[in-house]
Amino acid sequence: MKINDVILRTVVKGVVFIILTLGVYLFFSGHNAPGGGFIGGLVLGSGIVLLYITYDLETVHKKMPFDFKKVAAFGVLLATGSAIGSLYFNAPFLSQTDGYFNIPILGEKHLTTVTIFEAGVALTVIGTLVTIILSISEDE
Amino acid sequence: MTFELAIILLPFIVAACIPIFYRRLPKKAIGWVVLMVPLSLFLLLTTYIPRIAKGQTFSNYYEWIPSFNINFTTYLDGLSLIFSLLITGVGSLVILYSIFYLSKKESLHHFYCYLLLFMGAMLGVVFSDHLLVLYTFWELTSVSSFLLIAFWHHRKASRAGARKSMTITVSGGIAMLVGFLMLYSMSETFSIREIISNIDVISEQSLFIPALVLILLGAFTKSAQFPFHIWLPDAMEAPTPVSAYLHSATMVKAGIYLVARFTPIFGGEMIWFWAVTGVGLLTLFWGSFNAVKQVDLKALLAFSTVSQLGLIMSLLGLGSIAVYLGYSKDSIIYTQAAFAALFHLINHSTFKGALFMMVGIVDHEIGTRDIRRLGGLMPILPFTFTVALIGSLSMAGMPPFNGFLSKEMFFAATLKITQLDVFSIDTIGVLIPVVAWVASIFTFVYCLIIVGKTFFGKIKPDILEKNPHEAPIGMLISPFILIGLVVGIFIFPNLLGHYILQPAMAGIYPTFPSTEELTPHISAWHGFNMELWMTIGVVILGITLYFLLKRWKPIYRWIPQRLTLNSLYETVISFSENVSESLTKRYMNGNLTHYFSYIYMVFVIVVAGVFFLTNSFEWSLVNNSSVESFELILVFVVIFAAVAILFTTSRIASVLLNGVLGYSVAFFFVIFRAPDLALTQLVVESVTTALFLICFKFLPDLTPERTSKRVKVSNGVISILVGATVTIVGLAVVNYEKFETISTYFEDAYNLAGGKNIVNTILGDFRAFDTMLEVVVLFIAGLGVYTIIKLKAKKGDADIEN
Repeated sequence: MKINDVILRTVVKGVVFIILTLGVYLFFSGHNAPGGGFIGGLVLGSGIVLLYITYDLETVHKKMPFDFKKVAAFGVLLATGSAIGSLYFNAPFLSQTDGYFNIPILGEKHLTTVTIFEAGVALTVIGTLVTIILSISEDE
Repeated sequence: MTFELAIILLPFIVAACIPIFYRRLPKKAIGWVVLMVPLSLFLLLTTYIPRIAKGQTFSNYYEWIPSFNINFTTYLDGLSLIFSLLITGVGSLVILYSIFYLSKKESLHHFYCYLLLFMGAMLGVVFSDHLLVLYTFWELTSVSSFLLIAFWHHRKASRAGARKSMTITVSGGIAMLVGFLMLYSMSETFSIREIISNIDVISEQSLFIPALVLILLGAFTKSAQFPFHIWLPDAMEAPTPVSAYLHSATMVKAGIYLVARFTPIFGGEMIWFWAVTGVGLLTLFWGSFNAVKQVDLKALLAFSTVSQLGLIMSLLGLGSIAVYLGYSKDSIIYTQAAFAALFHLINHSTFKGALFMMVGIVDHEIGTRDIRRLGGLMPILPFTFTVALIGSLSMAGMPPFNGFLSKEMFFAATLKITQLDVFSIDTIGVLIPVVAWVASIFTFVYCLIIVGKTFFGKIKPDILEKNPHEAPIGMLISPFILIGLVVGIFIFPNLLGHYILQPAMAGIYPTFPSTEELTPHISAWHGFNMELWMTIGVVILGITLYFLLKRWKPIYRWIPQRLTLNSLYETVISFSENVSESLTKRYMNGNLTHYFSYIYMVFVIVVAGVFFLTNSFEWSLVNNSSVESFELILVFVVIFAAVAILFTTSRIASVLLNGVLGYSVAFFFVIFRAPDLALTQLVVESVTTALFLICFKFLPDLTPERTSKRVKVSNGVISILVGATVTIVGLAVVNYEKFETISTYFEDAYNLAGGKNIVNTILGDFRAFDTMLEVVVLFIAGLGVYTIIKLKAKKGDADIEN
């Protein structure tokens, strides 16, 4: 069945850009403002799913040649790995630390190890979300 | 000095690496790489011999779970050293042998991975001073043994044998765990050495005897003592190198180790003496008696192992009398039994290992192990014949082999014990040497069967057709090293006695001041004494019985098939399988509605029950803020959507109504100033709605369920109860003050976790452990969805692949 989806395609081209930016913004704004790894990952993931729905699998896959199972696996490794990391500094499992650093050009920034953990969460959410939706919709 | 920990860890580390690197190696090379592990460990352990012979012990302490008082305490003394040398030494020889034994087509990486896992676990057992760590490793040996027995898992007998050994040894292991916990409750320490030093305090307590019995159960099941021996013959379904290693030289000796290790604790008890000696002697007799009727060479060796383990066990029992008598000039003589036990332990590993490898060669080259089809192989397999001859004669207790020395010491110990008049030995004690002697006659008979039926007589024509030949040199190296030891130990027994056995005696009799006294001088010739006459009697009667075998073999048919221990085991297993299956089927009926009702009923009973029992249903509306009109509108929207779902007839409509519910909840979050939650709820709601719509493409239309009124009513009651519980909990939770409030964490979130958004500090810091595991669960769920869909696709037609 062929449906005329010119409008959808045109709109999505712009909207996806906004969604992905919003996702990245939510991811980084977490900890001090609403946002964080889970919601950031969820927004990014739904943006990607929107792309898959609008365009066909092959087109998207050509531009984003990721295996989302591996993305999810990498996320889990990152989250658990960052938890183990604190053990090497003689701190209990999953200890987090933060501090203010002066970075050239960007100025003083608040950096924290939670970001690594949250990145793991975000990647797992993106990977799992896309994997589930793709495998269900691929199944004919 | 962290060598001891490294010794335990090395096999595990290499085992973990094998799955990663095996693809890059040629198939032949895996075995050689793995061989390096036990070989290097063996060489490392030999460097301990001189220091331990001087009486040194090595102890290390690592905190593992300090909050539960579980620490990794390694303790290396003479007793551990004997076992660790056996584990690594026989391990090296077996791996060398297996390189040539196993076909390159087998999944060798699995085999060596399991083997190393076993080796590490076994080393952990003998090096652990902490009871719970010892138990962990103990069970790990059962698990790795299970994997190795079921290595050829396509064969039904392999799987059955693996399950049998697992069932029996793990049940015993759990009994042992209970015994350990009893010891802990009495002594308040998990350290074996500390328990030994506090022995006066705990031996008076009422739990002492139950702990003794339970720990013995663990040892007896592991060491295949009567009536638990039935798993060992079935475990012979494993590849022969595994049988040689686990089921003759090492794992089955773990029970012996445990008994030796706990002799200083329990040795003074009469129950211990009679249980260990009695069960040991019974096993010795029953094993040797049953070995004679076997027709499969490996099964014959399995029963002979059972019997030899019984011999060692009974010697340890006899030796425990010295602990009861305490240290004196006269009691020293009874420690010789324990010395003989350790001596025979080593001797048994040498000759039994060689014999198993011999059977492996016969099986490999001739293609059968059935003695009815074998015979006359001496000219074809001359080297293998040498191994069989020396190994069997040593096992039968003939000079000039090491089995002769330990067998004579065994006879001497059984004779000496009859002179005592404690524990009512003076009445029934006379049976001890008699049973030992009768069992030795049967031992002699089956040793003759091994050699005679395999290598003498006429060769069967169907074997000649296959043009059999001697095994490759690689398979002969290991058994020849072992029979070299068999002869070497006979010539220099005191070297072994002084350097290896003497320090181990200190482990069994720590209260005895000098180990020098505990070490008898072993000599092959004592003059014509009672022991020698017993041996001569064994030879004469053994040869007579061997040649009259056909005449007296019918006595084995006297025991009806359904009364054997094996059929008892089968009955128990199939009965419990049937009961659990019918029980499980009653509630796991595949109906999702039922499963939900179980979950909700448990939820209501537990949550509402706790609130009722603790009298926590207190709430007042006084402190609550007033309800705004738009909040009420939202509430009615939610109620409308929830009720409407019940009456929809199309799936799409119900999904959309569910979406209405979700979005309304998101609005509540906005109203109550939780932007994080609102955002998450909105996105999750959108994604799940999309997911539902994708899935529903595959589902048929909704049809009204045909359920009885009674089910409908009960489901309705459950739903209302769940709703009521949640509502009441929500109302009462504000006044719930049973626990310390945790809101101080959130108020100080910026200082504690460096974040201003408390939701995120909870997720990423305060409750990060939850988040981490949730991530893992999410990932597993994703993989689950993927595999369910993709695996189904694989089974179907080719057009699914796109």
